[in-house]
Amino acid sequence: MVTETKTTQSVGDYLRANIREYGLLVALVVIMVFFQVVTGGVLFRPVNITNLILQNSFIVIMALGMLLIIVAGHIDLSVGSIVAFTGGLSAIMLVKWGIHYSIVVPVCLVLGGLVGAAQGYWVAYQKIPAFIVTLAGMLVFRGLTYLILQNRPIGPFPKDFQSLSTGFIPDFLYFLNPAPGVITNFAALAVVVVLVALAFYYGLKNRKENEKHGTENEPFGFFIAQMGIIAVVAIFLGFQLSTYKGFPNVLVVMALLIALYTFITTRSTVGRRIYAMGGNEKAAKLSGINTERLTFYTFVNMGVLAALAGMIIAARLNSATPKAGVGFELDVIAACFIGGASASGGVGKITGAVIGAFIMGVMNNGMSIMGLGIDYQQLVKGLVLLAAVFFDVYNKNKG
Amino acid sequence: MDNIILEMRSITKTFPGVKALDNVSFKVREGEIHALVGENGAGKSTLMKVLSGVYPAGTYEGEIHYDGELRQFSTISDSEHIGIIIIHQELALVPLLSIAENIFLGNEIATNGVINWKETFARTQELLKKVGLNEAPPTLITDIGVGKQQLVEIAKALSKKVRLLILDEPTASLNETDSDALLKLLMEFRKQGMTSIIISHKLNEIKKVADKITILRDGGTVETLDCHHEDISEDRIIKGMVGRDMEDRYPPREPKIGETLLEVKNWNVFHQQHRDRQFLHDINFNVRAGEVVGIAGLMGAGRTETAMSIFGRSWGHKITGDVSIRGKQVDVSTIPKAIDAGLAYVTEDRKHLGLVLIDNILHNTTLSNLEAVSSAGVINDHEERKVASDYRQKLRIRSHSIYQETVNLSGGNQQKVVLSKWLFTNPEVLILDEPTRGIDVGAKYEIYTIINQLAAEGKGILMISSEMPELLGTCDRIYVMNEGRIVAELSKAEASQESIMRAIMRSGEKH
Repeated sequence: MVTETKTTQSVGDYLRANIREYGLLVALVVIMVFFQVVTGGVLFRPVNITNLILQNSFIVIMALGMLLIIVAGHIDLSVGSIVAFTGGLSAIMLVKWGIHYSIVVPVCLVLGGLVGAAQGYWVAYQKIPAFIVTLAGMLVFRGLTYLILQNRPIGPFPKDFQSLSTGFIPDFLYFLNPAPGVITNFAALAVVVVLVALAFYYGLKNRKENEKHGTENEPFGFFIAQMGIIAVVAIFLGFQLSTYKGFPNVLVVMALLIALYTFITTRSTVGRRIYAMGGNEKAAKLSGINTERLTFYTFVNMGVLAALAGMIIAARLNSATPKAGVGFELDVIAACFIGGASASGGVGKITGAVIGAFIMGVMNNGMSIMGLGIDYQQLVKGLVLLAAVFFDVYNKNKG
Repeated sequence: MDNIILEMRSITKTFPGVKALDNVSFKVREGEIHALVGENGAGKSTLMKVLSGVYPAGTYEGEIHYDGELRQFSTISDSEHIGIIIIHQELALVPLLSIAENIFLGNEIATNGVINWKETFARTQELLKKVGLNEAPPTLITDIGVGKQQLVEIAKALSKKVRLLILDEPTASLNETDSDALLKLLMEFRKQGMTSIIISHKLNEIKKVADKITILRDGGTVETLDCHHEDISEDRIIKGMVGRDMEDRYPPREPKIGETLLEVKNWNVFHQQHRDRQFLHDINFNVRAGEVVGIAGLMGAGRTETAMSIFGRSWGHKITGDVSIRGKQVDVSTIPKAIDAGLAYVTEDRKHLGLVLIDNILHNTTLSNLEAVSSAGVINDHEERKVASDYRQKLRIRSHSIYQETVNLSGGNQQKVVLSKWLFTNPEVLILDEPTRGIDVGAKYEIYTIINQLAAEGKGILMISSEMPELLGTCDRIYVMNEGRIVAELSKAEASQESIMRAIMRSGEKH
């Protein structure tokens, strides 16, 4: 048995082992195509794609932090309130006190981190269940938001701050544009094509490295199929955006954060330790991992990301209101669970959470275009969440 | 008095890979106190579980006759129905319910689901009087001591019209006064004609109360001694418990013993939960390079607690004492510091404390020393895989690849993954807590071989084990622990099962 390291698995085995990830990707594509058809092609219109990104960016950004929290074996119900709280703080600083956004943005991120620390302390060091701590936090920070905003919305924001959320990356490659009549922002398309090419290149290089070190690769067919789907979808979306205003600023922020957190969860020691802690906290502790500190910092991280989301939302709505972000925690948590995270900790992927967030986003958007009311939207979203988790449980029991 | 209430005939019970009971026969007369003794793992608890229906009829071979009739229990309530009640070592009481609620739990005095509290309290009062417990029925279990909780268990048994009462290590967690009270109660019940079976390690207590003593060893009945016919000495009982031939189950080793690696001095620890109770008293021991040192003792003697309290204070509180490595005092106040100082602790509970079961061999192997395969917080994948593959081959971990989840490995291979993890931290001293528990004979031999190799490399090994033959077969020196103290230090020449048992029993009588 010992010498069997290098044998490759059969295609069937591989598919079975990774059914969750492929299933998720396929589900997203199916949902997209479905809504593209039933909305009569509205879904993939450049304006709508841009809207979709703007509407979902903050959910995706918070899902990155929430995934770490869920993998660590906790939960954070307070993110919606932190969004409102930090949005309110930024409004007071920007609008009432007239401070420049280059100071306000970092200050708010730090304040978000402090809010996360305040909750992380109780969870990590006082061992109070995160559900209770963040339920308290949800009420406390919502209350504080009403207090600091004195129950009134504050706005509008200075133009430069607004453009953080609603602006676009200018077409820095306009001189190369081959078809100025169709394409209005060539840089968007070019960047997507370059990224797809890089992904292919590094994917192949990684396979070669693996072969050299005798590590298993996914079957080549799968690699090509997966990359192919991603490439087609990415280039299509890039083209659509390039015929409108190009990349929204938040898309760039979001993409960089997704890349960063994917790296943290798959390659860094911190990420590995969070998974180990979520998988078996006692064993992780006995292996020399400072589980308290690690838990504490996952909450600090969540606070920072929630603060960023809070500013993006405030800038997008051009006003900070005490009711901002109500119910967001549920969308964020649902995104993680649809994306395959386990409620008992130790399991979950960034890509899963991101795709989960987009599944929710596309459904929201598609159903809105169809004119379905909020009643049906909630009903359908709830059923999709249940179905996704049931799919996980079913697979686990079968395997 | 010649009435046989219980006869178990040729009971054989097999677990996957292990014969826990092999053709055991056991007879109990009505109205006697019958003691059941044997080493850990001899099969005492298994036999009682067969009797009480925890292992239902059909999962074992042999016959149970009770009151002259062949009985087949498929659940515990079947056996309870005819008066066989077992009180387990871990008490089955709900801490936050009252004494009365616990006594009638699942058996409430109620009409149409409405509890008759008046009747419940009155009956509880009556039962408590019988067991001599002076507490009010509404008192919560959590508010009374362990000794009194034991009495509540007995009262609960009485409420079920008990005829044959089985007590599994009833005095293990009791102090002397409470133990005496309990034994007196048993003798009182005997006068009233009740039959009891008592499982205990405390031979002095058994001598005090038992009419008959049945000795089990390695899943078989050795003998039944009649305490009224002859005067049975403790040495006589011990001989029956351990008298077996040592087979060649241990790989040979030429010890090359060097300087002192680990030295623990004046180690005192208070209990983790009962914070005002001192659990470990003045522990002193040392481990030298190339030496395998054993710690023997019964369950609850404080062996695991000693190891864990030294390893980054992962057990206990108010810990005092000195730990030095190679003569230099070291700080072991947190687990990372203990690892840095050169200690490694391989837990007795590999599933809950040793492995991240949902994760693979690769990730478990490097968990304690991720720094060694990463730079600036980024893991070098290829380096990591190489390390895990090396250990997988070196320790012969049977698996289809390093990506196999540890939950799917056999016990022996899981243990090897835990060992890999700790070997990768390159420790000076490895503390192995029950390293062969629950693994088959072949894998045990492999673990012993690994231990020998490590000793040959000059590492110090501290081995905690409940299997005495294993300690005798592998160790150069053995410390004996009992009730939180080291009660003897035996060289290889002095150590034998008898001498270890004697050290334990003698120290037990002193307190």
